[in-house]
Amino acid sequence: MAEYVIEMNHIRKEFPGIVANDDITLKLKKGEIHALLGENGAGKSTLMSVLFGLYQPEKGTILKNGEEVKINNPNDATALGIGMVHQHFKLIDVFTVLDNIILGAETTKLGFLQKKEARKRVLELSEKYGLKIDVDAKVEDITVGMQQRVEILKMLYRENEILIFDEPTAVLTPQEIEELMEIMRGFAKEGKSILFITHKLNEIMAVSDRVTVLHKGKYIGTVNTKDVTKQELSTMMVGRPVQLEINKAEAKPKDVVLSVHGLTVPSKVHKNDAVKNVSFDVRKGEIVCIAGIDGNGQTELIHGLTGLEKTTGGTITLCGQDISNASIRLRSQTGMSHIPEDRHKHGLVLDYTLEQNLVLQRFREKRFQNHGFIKFDEVRKYADELIKQYDVRSGQGPVTVARSMSGGNQQKAIIARELDRDADLIVAVQPTRGLDVGAIEYIHGQLIAERDRDKAILLVSLEMEEVMGLSDRILVMYEGEIVGKLDPNKTDAQELGLYMSGAKRNQNGGEVNV
Amino acid sequence: MYKIDPNTGKQKFYTTDAAKSVLSAVISILIGMVVGTLIIVIVGLTRDGITTKGMFDGIKLVFFGLFSTGRDAGDLTFGFNPVNMGNMLFRGTPLIMTGLSVAVAFRTGLFNIGAPGQYLMGTTATLYIALMLPTETIPAWIVWILAFLGGMIAGALWGCIPGILKAFLNINEVITCIMTNWIAANLVTWFFDVRDSLKNSQEGGKVGYILPTSSNGVETFKLGLDKLFPGSQVNGGIIIAILIAVLIYIIMTKTTFGYQLKACGSNRNAAKYAGINDKMNIIYSMAIAGALSAAGASLYYLSGHTEFFWSTYQMLPSEGFNGIPVALLASNHPIGAVFTGCFMSMLNIAGMQLKTLTAYNEYITDIIIASIVYLSAFAMIIKMFINNRQKKKETLKQEGGNK
Repeated sequence: MAEYVIEMNHIRKEFPGIVANDDITLKLKKGEIHALLGENGAGKSTLMSVLFGLYQPEKGTILKNGEEVKINNPNDATALGIGMVHQHFKLIDVFTVLDNIILGAETTKLGFLQKKEARKRVLELSEKYGLKIDVDAKVEDITVGMQQRVEILKMLYRENEILIFDEPTAVLTPQEIEELMEIMRGFAKEGKSILFITHKLNEIMAVSDRVTVLHKGKYIGTVNTKDVTKQELSTMMVGRPVQLEINKAEAKPKDVVLSVHGLTVPSKVHKNDAVKNVSFDVRKGEIVCIAGIDGNGQTELIHGLTGLEKTTGGTITLCGQDISNASIRLRSQTGMSHIPEDRHKHGLVLDYTLEQNLVLQRFREKRFQNHGFIKFDEVRKYADELIKQYDVRSGQGPVTVARSMSGGNQQKAIIARELDRDADLIVAVQPTRGLDVGAIEYIHGQLIAERDRDKAILLVSLEMEEVMGLSDRILVMYEGEIVGKLDPNKTDAQELGLYMSGAKRNQNGGEVNV
Repeated sequence: MYKIDPNTGKQKFYTTDAAKSVLSAVISILIGMVVGTLIIVIVGLTRDGITTKGMFDGIKLVFFGLFSTGRDAGDLTFGFNPVNMGNMLFRGTPLIMTGLSVAVAFRTGLFNIGAPGQYLMGTTATLYIALMLPTETIPAWIVWILAFLGGMIAGALWGCIPGILKAFLNINEVITCIMTNWIAANLVTWFFDVRDSLKNSQEGGKVGYILPTSSNGVETFKLGLDKLFPGSQVNGGIIIAILIAVLIYIIMTKTTFGYQLKACGSNRNAAKYAGINDKMNIIYSMAIAGALSAAGASLYYLSGHTEFFWSTYQMLPSEGFNGIPVALLASNHPIGAVFTGCFMSMLNIAGMQLKTLTAYNEYITDIIIASIVYLSAFAMIIKMFINNRQKKKETLKQEGGNK
């Protein structure tokens, strides 16, 4: 019997323009709980998708009990006893729990379903592992926690021996998390092997036997959980605290431009509020950064702030005006610019030309229209100015269709449009995502220049370097709350990492630090 | 991809989007006509009583039916036929309007399959106003205008229903359009069923029909078109349709309103992000679409000599559905819809020629029309094909250049 039930050796997986997994080795022992730790984009999900047969690696081998295997699709994975609970559940809402569990692995006699037998087995499994479910309820009617138990029972029903949990705690309440941990320990005792993907250090310390850490697609190392501290793990996960060279003067914050008080935004995915009672201010002449690991409520916070989603509580005051329930247009006119997270979904009308996109909010202004007729000359002139000033490159200048432009130039076009509107508040959400170093530098420079022109800037970033280098104040979001207010000059990436992963938390909102 | 003429600095015509649209429409029409020809041949070979000559006559008429002038010494004769020409314009008028209706909705990301219902509501409102307002006291031309506007308002309101449901409850407009179509059909039947004064009881056995508006002296002005195309039903309606098409073109391309509508259609999220009221724009779009369909009905029935058959409530007017191929063939271009609308009515004329001049019956022509309608949906696929070919050529050239 081999020492490891699964060995993934020297896995390399590339996507166009990026190496998601670069020479990664992961060895899973029988009966252990093995955590896979890494920041967003570190390559955890890619690696698991390779193991589950969703992706084929360019290099590397996978061994099951010491023998090399080829996993071409999820069916192969299931045949090898590998099961996975995805971050977003793969259940059919209108089917019952029982139907969902047996789907794809039905027992039949002469083509007829043998549901009685299936039900007996499901109930036995549920009893044995303490997975409380209501087999006859429809999935759409049960809680997220129970949906997860259904997913787990699916794996058990298929007699899987290797169980992958992809960020299983993200959608659970604290009590449900505690239950899940207990269930996982039970599986390990039974001899099942568990791979547990997470970026929450507390959970790793609580439940795992060993941890493998990835950073930016690279393998950092595997350690025994009992031999390390949270601080050490955090350093491994974040990597060396490399400061991106950003030259900026000391901030000189002035009047408050944006004041958010008790903001609450419901989640679209689960029942809990995505943003819980969040309060903060942003002043003229400072860059305030909301840091956090993806999915901790940042997107919902920004959507609530900019009006893309309805809020259920709290007030938003912009330039002295209450805009809590104002339309997007009114917010924009009051003085809010928004560089959106998703430039294709929100930022651009891809089938419109560059010049049409550059006046997306401003086309109603007297300068660009006369009694409802667009002044094409003015639009062209304005577009030419912006293109020149912000160095937006495209095939045909102002008449280039936005879709045909490169990502970096699409982003530059959005930045040009949003900064040129001369709004008092600039909300920039992951403004450098997916861009090359040159474009990143440029955008950072622009944002600092705007700050020095006494604009208030609210930045949302998932990049540790960007957070540390660009911001004047840091607000850390964790599970929909602001758990820390930090001064980038008085903190380091390790401490920030602890806040981001929920390991550390400033009960009084960290006012002592600022 | 884009060839620039070195002399004028402008994009060469054959690489423009417009040229590609026209080319793809022509190709799909030709394929449709070839399919029609095949049907003619198959029917000709399998049915007794159709000679080889009759078969060839049929094929000729499919392609050139518009120019048919009858038979001379047993042979088909062709030339300028003012009746056919005028009738093509007359019957094309409602098709242009429903085509515009579908095209406007398409441009804003909506599929308006509710044109038949909107057309029916327009018909009803127009006829009611045109027949009920006394022309003794109100000048007929004012009644005409009121009837036309009344029809458009009825259509706009009817179009709003799927629009509102889509905007606020996110219910698919295709489903609500189909449902409102049938509601309209039954509503219209019920409406006329209890209004005996509107029924044509003067002529025996025609109570299934509503009186033509000329019975109240309301008639579309002829603008001299009757002199140009003597013997046909053509009237000023076609001019109004063309003017409306131009107006829609201007609204869609030159105004901030059109800019907003298209932004919502192309990317509702981005429009919302930019502070454009996406919900209202969806409703506006459907209201305009409804008004356009209804205007088609108004122009058709206000000609004065067309009678609306109300008692078969199961029927939805084909003019409504045919707006879809008209818009598709025109690549949703308002001016293009004028031409494709006329083309669709030309097929109709050709069908009638086929019926009167050969042994083929009208049902065969319906099949031919149907196949062309069906293939018109291919216009977009053909356009994609043209685009890909061009791209391939370009990359081949570039690669050659790099070596």
